[in-house]
Amino acid sequence: MPTYVRTDKCDGCKGQDKTACMYICPHDLMKLDKDGSETGWAMKAFNQEPEQCWECYSCVKICPQQAIEVRHYADIVPLGAQVQPLRGTDSIMWTIRFRNGTIKRFKFPIRTTPEGSADPTAGKPKPDKADLTNPAVLFTKDTHPGDMSQFVAS
Amino acid sequence: MAEYEFGNPEIVEEEVDILIIGGGMAACGCAVEIVQWADGTDLKIKLVDKAALSRSGAVAQGLSAINTYMGENDPADYVRYVRGDLMGIVREDLVYDVGRHVDSSVHLFEEWGLPIWKQPGDEGKKLVEGGKPVRSGRWQIMINGESYKWIVAEAAKKALGMENIQERVFIVKLVKDKNDPERVAGAVGFSVREHKVYVYKFKCCLLACGGAVNVFRPRSVGEGTGRAWYPVWNAGSTYAMALEVGAEATMMENRFVPARFKDGYGPVGAWFLLFKAKAMNAYGEDYQTKNAHTLEEHGYGRYANGPKMGTCLRNHLMMKEMREGRGPIFMDTPTAMAKLAETMTPKEIKHLEAEAWEDFLDMTIAQCGIWAGENIEPDKKMSELMPTEPYLLGSHAGCAGLWVSGPDDLPGVPDHYHWGYRAMTTVKGLFTAGDGVGASGHKFSSGAFTEGRIAAKAMVKFALDNKDWKPELAKSVDELVKEIYQPVMTFLEHKDYTTAIDVNPHYITPKMLQFRLQKIMDEYVGGVATWYQTNAKMMEIAEQKLQMLKEDSLKMRAKDLHELLRAWENYHRIIAAEAHLKHIKFREESRYPGYYYRTDFMDIDDDNWKCFVNSKYDAETGEWTFRKVPYVQLIKPADDEPEGIKHPGAKVA
Ligand SMILES: Cc1cc2nc3c(=O)[nH]c(=O)nc-3n(C[C@H](O)[C@H](O)[C@H](O)COP(=O)(O)OP(=O)(O)OC[C@H]3O[C@@H](n4cnc5c(N)ncnc54)[C@H](O)[C@@H]3O)c2cc1C
Ligand code: SF4
Ligand code: SF4
Repeated sequence: MPTYVRTDKCDGCKGQDKTACMYICPHDLMKLDKDGSETGWAMKAFNQEPEQCWECYSCVKICPQQAIEVRHYADIVPLGAQVQPLRGTDSIMWTIRFRNGTIKRFKFPIRTTPEGSADPTAGKPKPDKADLTNPAVLFTKDTHPGDMSQFVAS
Repeated sequence: MAEYEFGNPEIVEEEVDILIIGGGMAACGCAVEIVQWADGTDLKIKLVDKAALSRSGAVAQGLSAINTYMGENDPADYVRYVRGDLMGIVREDLVYDVGRHVDSSVHLFEEWGLPIWKQPGDEGKKLVEGGKPVRSGRWQIMINGESYKWIVAEAAKKALGMENIQERVFIVKLVKDKNDPERVAGAVGFSVREHKVYVYKFKCCLLACGGAVNVFRPRSVGEGTGRAWYPVWNAGSTYAMALEVGAEATMMENRFVPARFKDGYGPVGAWFLLFKAKAMNAYGEDYQTKNAHTLEEHGYGRYANGPKMGTCLRNHLMMKEMREGRGPIFMDTPTAMAKLAETMTPKEIKHLEAEAWEDFLDMTIAQCGIWAGENIEPDKKMSELMPTEPYLLGSHAGCAGLWVSGPDDLPGVPDHYHWGYRAMTTVKGLFTAGDGVGASGHKFSSGAFTEGRIAAKAMVKFALDNKDWKPELAKSVDELVKEIYQPVMTFLEHKDYTTAIDVNPHYITPKMLQFRLQKIMDEYVGGVATWYQTNAKMMEIAEQKLQMLKEDSLKMRAKDLHELLRAWENYHRIIAAEAHLKHIKFREESRYPGYYYRTDFMDIDDDNWKCFVNSKYDAETGEWTFRKVPYVQLIKPADDEPEGIKHPGAKVA
């Protein structure tokens, strides 16, 4: 279910040392063809192992040029459909085009806080070191009390 | 300075106190928790991931639900649900521990910005403030989860600091300590971006590299080969690396075979639970009800109570239809949508339709591509269901993994469940979480994260207790580098022998190695080719074939760093596959009908096999040893639990 890169849109992430798609693909599939020796298109990216693509859309969502699209697996899916996202900072828009031309659009929220604002401690105080060996406590001190009479040995 | 190039990598040696291997849900949980407890110590902590944290692991696409959240439920009932689904044999101490801590993890996610659906009237009210979540099942809550991993990774990165995170380094193996063979002291891997080999030394590590996918031949073998249900990039690294240093594995015979929408493997949970859709055979029959009485054969009914039964048994009922020629199996989405329309306004219906699509778009976008390509609108056309190829995992609805030390504060935990540091395996200094922890499935994203947190605390304690201990590697750096780069050397040495780069008598490409593995597993060890059936004779053949495959793995070639990654991933797959095969062979019963069948032992046999099966691998000799380990029931059986659950467990010497 491979991604493909449009020659008219990809700018090779402007020659930065790592491109967005190469950086993000969890399966190391996207590759920049620096000199054009692999695709005939210098400084453009391509999917180097299309049959390993999970179609996770991580690269599609991150490409600053919207140069990456997906042509659904040729060995399974009839031609003509397309599923394409546009991911913003707080929501994502999806356009689904059916083979028969039907279009569906959806918009979903993706986060409730500004990008980069997650505080790992969530404002909780530092844990008490004495609790380091107490299995009932994590740093958030938010353990479910639990009905201990449910234990056979209770 | 020497020019580093392909075949001549720079060697980077680093000593830390704690190494976190993997960057998925469990590893991120560990990162967030560990800095809290390590604060004020001078412990040096590092995380390595083969990919980029923001989108690595099983949650790369996002998720549409958090599958483990207690809320108003008691953790003891969670234990009952997990043991019911996993046919009675789970480590109830581990499951309970996840249950009591998991909500606090979900509360963190919400704090960081993950949108969690609330019931009407409670919109905008957080879970901790008493906001009621929308449940798609007793344990599941709905989210807008496209950025789930992105958000969780953001917190993990901030907690550790980017300077302590190394992305794009694939860890190939753990290294034992020179002076103590029961202990790990290091890990080695390579960069898939630069010509660098990394050698880490540490006091302890968390091994959390997810489950094993593409061990079996997938149903699609063309361009869609990568469309596995579980993430195609998790290659069994957790199991293989742990086994190779002698860690004890447990329940590696378990596998997960989800029944999903055909070809795209889109989730069915929301359709069944939220939209109340029904599945039926080709002739419109409700096969679940129709076949229910057949569960009495082979004792499977002992693990079903009316419609309440383990997921594997539901698969079993479905597979019977398919094997006997009454397929395809359909999910009747139009009837479900029409029924809902009777009581809903068009606006509500539209909203519901969006929810149905979001369920796919948030975690299996491929399914949308298939529906769009085949012009399937769920209110107009039914969709086929299909069981996938098998996956090995310990965090979703499966329980393959490693044997770890449990909490010591729960009533009645037997001595053989804990031996010191929580989440530590039987190898000193080696901890695991998430898919790595065996015999305790149904943790899912929130539970995997929670297990990472639980392990974090224990690792801080371990590192502090071992403050003055110095790790020394049992192998020299030269030896390790030579091993890791062998596929590159093999390629450089032999590449000019033939005109076609992929066909050469002196080496095998990682891709062909993978195909061979998948063919063996599919045809002899209960893959889709045999409708998940195997027997001792078939497995003997598989053993012989695997042995030769292992020998040939020494001749893998790597023509670039990407292929070196594939080479070692596939090596890990072979070891994970071997563990799976040996475990199935050892357990002489069919514990998980619908996931696999041993045609020579079709029964469920509680008197002899309601126990854990644990294994150890000797990497030097290639030998496996097995033992049965007693199951201990910690939570009282409830009245409505099936009969099998009430069995106290096999008597094991
Ligand atoms: C399609 C799908 C649907 C799901 N639905 C739900 C759901 O609705 N709700 C829910 O709660 N859960 C769901 N889950 C389950 C959840 O995603 C997993 O349980 C969880 O992510 C497991 O966490 P983990 O840390 O063990 O593994 P992962 O999150 O997969 O992380 C593994 C990590 O290890 C890294 N890695 C692998 N090998 C190496 C190596 N050799 N060296 C270095 N790094 C390595 C990977 O890059 C990754 O970072 C779903 C999963 C899938 C795939
Ligand atoms: S991210 Fe987009 S623009 Fe950048 S290299 Fe990849 S395809 Fe090209
Ligand atoms: S869709 Fe996912 S797997 Fe496929 S190339 Fe893009 S990031 Fe990689």
